[in-house]
Amino acid sequence: MASERRLRIKTLVMVLAMVVCANAGDLMLKRGMSQIGAVRLTPSGLAQAFRLTVASGTIWIAIFFLTGFMLSYMTVLSWADYSYVMPAGAFGYALLTLLAVVFLHESVSPRRWFGVVLICVGVLLVGQTKPRTTAVAGEAVA
Amino acid sequence: MMRVILALTVLILGSTGGEIAITHGMKATGEPARLRPLELLQFLGRAMRNGWFWAGVPLMALSFYSLLILLSWEPISLVIPASALSYVVGTLGAKYILGEQISTARWAGVLLVCAGVALVAAG
Repeated sequence: MASERRLRIKTLVMVLAMVVCANAGDLMLKRGMSQIGAVRLTPSGLAQAFRLTVASGTIWIAIFFLTGFMLSYMTVLSWADYSYVMPAGAFGYALLTLLAVVFLHESVSPRRWFGVVLICVGVLLVGQTKPRTTAVAGEAVA
Repeated sequence: MMRVILALTVLILGSTGGEIAITHGMKATGEPARLRPLELLQFLGRAMRNGWFWAGVPLMALSFYSLLILLSWEPISLVIPASALSYVVGTLGAKYILGEQISTARWAGVLLVCAGVALVAAG
């Protein structure tokens, strides 16, 4: 059972890394793109947007976090079920709402709070199932 | 209306199809022996040589473009809740394509997450 516990812990750590990287990346991307301003959908507008995004430090920080998200996502999928990781990742929506309330003092509608509660209960339910139900490269399922 | 449903279908099938292909590729790659930088680099190298990984990437790009197109037609408070359906579609794909065992508790969790994401995104 020690390996089962180890599997659970490393899956949890990777899902947390995924959620943190995805949220930090999206936040930085949003900040960077707001600095650049609305993009005009013409060849010259797109070329200018490309030059500005490549030159923006904020966009590069966003790319760094989003790459971190992709790497942790790929890594966790090498051992855990897709149907385990995918809903667990939705915890990010709940986290974003909490961060918006604590740090940005945003007001949150009762409907949105209800959604956060549903996500948390759903993630807890999925979280207590077995992270892996299929055989992994050269290993049989116990 | 038709074009919104079509773009939403491409969005959902593209993202779940892409993620399922990548999951299949990663399972074939096998997990890294240890979570250290060198092992992780070798692991990524193996993953990049897997055809399923490269089958997944264009599907996810296709899904991303249909998301951008949808967002230019409809408000985000409609698009994201509707795309929360991908949790259900993804779970069906995990069961029938990847052969994962979806227990009742996992199904219940997925449905709650799906409804929760829809409510949070609707604001």
